[in-house]
Amino acid sequence: MRARKEKNARHISPTVWLLYVWTVLFVALPLVYVVAITFLKKGDVWGITDQFTLENYQNLLSPVYAKVFLDSFLVAILTTALTLLIGYPFAYFTAKFSPRVRAFIVLLLMAPFWINSLLRLNGWIILLKANGAVNMALQGMGLIEEPVKFLYNNGAMMLGMVYALLPFMITSIYNSVEKLDWPVVEAARDLGASPAKAFLTVTVPLTVPGIVAGCVLVFVPSMGLFFISDLLGGAKTLLLGNLIKNELMQARNWPMGAALSIAMLLFTTAFIFLYKKVTGSKNLGGLM
Amino acid sequence: MKKNKWASKLFVFLVLLFNYLPIFVVVIYSFNASKYGNWAGFSLEWYEKLFKNAQILRSLKNSLFLAVSSCALSILIGTAGAVGMAKSRFRTQNLLENVSMIPMMLPEIILGMAYLSFFSIARIPFGMITLIIAHTTFCVPYIFINVQSRLTGLDPAYVEAARDLGASQTRAFYDVTLPLITPAIVSGALLSFAMSMDDVVISFFVTGTTSNTLPLQVYSMLKMGVTPEVNALCTIMLAVVFGAIGLFYLLGSLRKKAR
Repeated sequence: MRARKEKNARHISPTVWLLYVWTVLFVALPLVYVVAITFLKKGDVWGITDQFTLENYQNLLSPVYAKVFLDSFLVAILTTALTLLIGYPFAYFTAKFSPRVRAFIVLLLMAPFWINSLLRLNGWIILLKANGAVNMALQGMGLIEEPVKFLYNNGAMMLGMVYALLPFMITSIYNSVEKLDWPVVEAARDLGASPAKAFLTVTVPLTVPGIVAGCVLVFVPSMGLFFISDLLGGAKTLLLGNLIKNELMQARNWPMGAALSIAMLLFTTAFIFLYKKVTGSKNLGGLM
Repeated sequence: MKKNKWASKLFVFLVLLFNYLPIFVVVIYSFNASKYGNWAGFSLEWYEKLFKNAQILRSLKNSLFLAVSSCALSILIGTAGAVGMAKSRFRTQNLLENVSMIPMMLPEIILGMAYLSFFSIARIPFGMITLIIAHTTFCVPYIFINVQSRLTGLDPAYVEAARDLGASQTRAFYDVTLPLITPAIVSGALLSFAMSMDDVVISFFVTGTTSNTLPLQVYSMLKMGVTPEVNALCTIMLAVVFGAIGLFYLLGSLRKKAR
């Protein structure tokens, strides 16, 4: 190692090797492998054959898959928009409290993270199911005769999505708002801007990094969280995550699952890129 | 202005309520004598059943073992990597950094599917080993990023001073650098631990028949239907989390008083 260091200015500290080997072996290789199998025919029972094909990519264009893509995209966009709509005011108001209260609110928000998210989603199932708490209460008050079907529809799935991902949006925006240079906002006010105008032209543009980070953190996982659609949505809407899971575990069609994954990856990357471009121009119209 | 303040407080309160509503419900129902929606009186039956449920207990043990081992491994890899990177200059450095961060950006399901096919072809049997590999991989970036940002904020004069005073490179690392980056390692490790305990998607693809983790166990129980033991488990975890937070705050205030 030392000899190499003296030979030229380049040198690798020996402690990097662990990260190097791990990354090549368990990040780069599996991902390259996934890309490779999208070009192969599927095996008879499971796995792959060594025959080259473009079939998997042609299949992506079929109406069945296109519909799943469209549905997933709508769910992801809607989840991102809703979490932003709730998360931004929450982060903004929280940042205006005194430091003690602020720390307490952030703690309250983060504490449930330590409890498994499925255990928390179970609370919604108890609340919403046919003989659940909400129906019992409504029936008890005589407002409804028959139990209402709250569970196993798209509304319940959206509720679960927003519930699971809202903290990610809030913490990202909060980090941005907390660092905000308040005198700049006050200056805008002193120069005659209305509170709304000062907010829209000064505060929001200054917190764009937090907004972008939050949107990415919500948008990217929202396409893959198959268990929320399974448990709350009753798998009524097939999301990309569910489809990939089914291709792998039920149809045992790895190449198709891989092709879907790659399409999803390109899709999310393109969206993030586009989103950064649009919001980077400080154009408010670009915000959803 | 006054009115605004009041409205903003209400909004924050309502969002927090939304966050805790399902948790409160789970706690209440964990003491419900009935399996179903109606309230049939206070009971500890589900706690008793939980402690007799060998499947849940085994999955909890698996999850804790998995979280601790992948945390320890990712601390080793992430910290050593970040420290080494700061001292190195090589051609593939940027590439390595970007590729090693991929697991953090990638939708979980893609990593899950990649591992399912990769481990099959590499003939690594699915089980605890594959789980540890997968969890370590998605935890490393959190440690790496934390340590790296701490290192860049560090004044190199500290280490230089130690070296000038005759400390070896190793000694300077253990006595100077390590204590300074420990908070970053701890916060990264806490996050990694929580992520590992919570992961459903990646574990779903790489688990074996004997290595069910707690989230997977809960997932399959929820899919089957009525599961009051799960409520009891959630309540216990809630108590542990808030107990730990309370203890942390208590120790913090005691230390302040001692000063």
